[in-house]
Amino acid sequence: MSEARIPPSPTPDPSTRAFWEGARNGQLLIGRNTQTGRVHYPPRPVCPFDDEGTVELVPASGRATLYTFSITRAKTPYVVAYAELEEGPRVLTNIVDCDFAALRIGQALRLTFIETEGGQPLPVFTPA
Amino acid sequence: MSLRGVACIAGAYEHPTRKAEDKSTAQLHAEVAIGALRDAGLTRADVDGYFCAGDAPGMGPLSMADYLGLNRLRHLDSTDIGGSSYLLHVAHAAEAIALGRCNIALITLAGRPRSEGVATGTTPRAGSPAQPDVQFEYPYGITVANLYALCAQRHMHEYGTTSEQLAWIKVAASHHAQHNEHAMLRKVVTVEEVVNSPLVADPLHRLDCCVISDGGGALVVTRPEIARSLARPVVTLRGAGEAVKHQMGGQLDLTYTGARFSGPRAFEEAGVTPADIQYASIYDSFTITVLLQLEDLGFCEKGQGGRFVADGNLISGVGRLPFNTDGGGLCNNHPANRGGMTKVIEAVRQLRGEAHPAVQVPNCALALAHGTGGTIGTRHGSATLILERE
Repeated sequence: MSEARIPPSPTPDPSTRAFWEGARNGQLLIGRNTQTGRVHYPPRPVCPFDDEGTVELVPASGRATLYTFSITRAKTPYVVAYAELEEGPRVLTNIVDCDFAALRIGQALRLTFIETEGGQPLPVFTPA
Repeated sequence: MSLRGVACIAGAYEHPTRKAEDKSTAQLHAEVAIGALRDAGLTRADVDGYFCAGDAPGMGPLSMADYLGLNRLRHLDSTDIGGSSYLLHVAHAAEAIALGRCNIALITLAGRPRSEGVATGTTPRAGSPAQPDVQFEYPYGITVANLYALCAQRHMHEYGTTSEQLAWIKVAASHHAQHNEHAMLRKVVTVEEVVNSPLVADPLHRLDCCVISDGGGALVVTRPEIARSLARPVVTLRGAGEAVKHQMGGQLDLTYTGARFSGPRAFEEAGVTPADIQYASIYDSFTITVLLQLEDLGFCEKGQGGRFVADGNLISGVGRLPFNTDGGGLCNNHPANRGGMTKVIEAVRQLRGEAHPAVQVPNCALALAHGTGGTIGTRHGSATLILERE
């Protein structure tokens, strides 16, 4: 395990402030259509699947599996990945606090947070 | 209405430069414009349709139309789907020609990322904050290389594809590039050299990646009766397809690309099948890009791409499907980080019988050119053209 990369801060917009506020409260919020129940990520005020219904933000359980990953051979190596949430969506993320060489597609992950340059917590995953 | 036979590529030109420290991007656009028009036997005074994408400096086509002195324009299109834009532009030019909106369409691409010292594939680059995906992706350190690597890793997991199989794609490109005096990488490489080159983003190695180059290219598209009146061999559009693939709200599947949609549209319009294609220009930002597209275009079954590309099957004169006989983006040229233009240009050379004799496909009458723009790990455009020699 090497020194951890410190990510740049995200730039929230008026439609995503609640998502990043959720991250400050230890939650990964996903979008849920109140009428159809379908969930999506990244969350947006207009459901990407259906015209009907409104979108509410709901917290993901934080349980996920590793869909795919890549060790980026930068000066400070880091892992970019898609984690498949228990709720379904595959989310772009980092895998942190682990032996990168031991990562395997399909392994169980759990949600955690790392601090970005500006202090905003960023949702990431680590082996469960 | 079908695009089959409604338009022809009458002019094609690839800039010979690979490093243009003393030239501007606009100047490169102008030089390739004149090159393609001269190839067709036309001049700027003939141009009444102009197509460009995000590499063209200025707002849409405005600055370039001004700089080039194009005074007769009555049709404009600056649709940008990254490196695949120029294949889409050929199809859109055919649409405009069929509708009588223009007769002589000029398409230009140029850029100088090499002179500008951009580590295109390995530097995380922040997009505009208004781009809705940026805040959910940029903090995670995405690069072009690691996003393509995500697809390679998943493909290996699902189908058993190996690094050695991917390496065969670079090996084939290098076999072609040795004959191209302008190619950046002319040395023939082996599978061992590719898999032993340093990892950039696992499982992709340095030699799985395309080159970073300056340069550009241009095309002239016109109606068949005008093309037949010109001196050059006539290359006709037989079918075209375009598509976009994205994250689908999190329901993404990284084992395929938008070629799964654009390819069948083009084949249906052309009335041919992958087995009929004698030469294929396949977008090659990375080796994995080629493998996924070959599967999605139907040259082999999904998951069989590794077996398909192995043992020189993409080498002209050796394998079943000669591809990227100029050396492609992997060895020759990737101007402006956008490889779609050169894909069309090499297909035109093959259909005219003007490829290098060592890589020319005998009696090449039917070719495919396919482009991917953006990144297959997130969202990308796909454009497929099927071209024939008249």
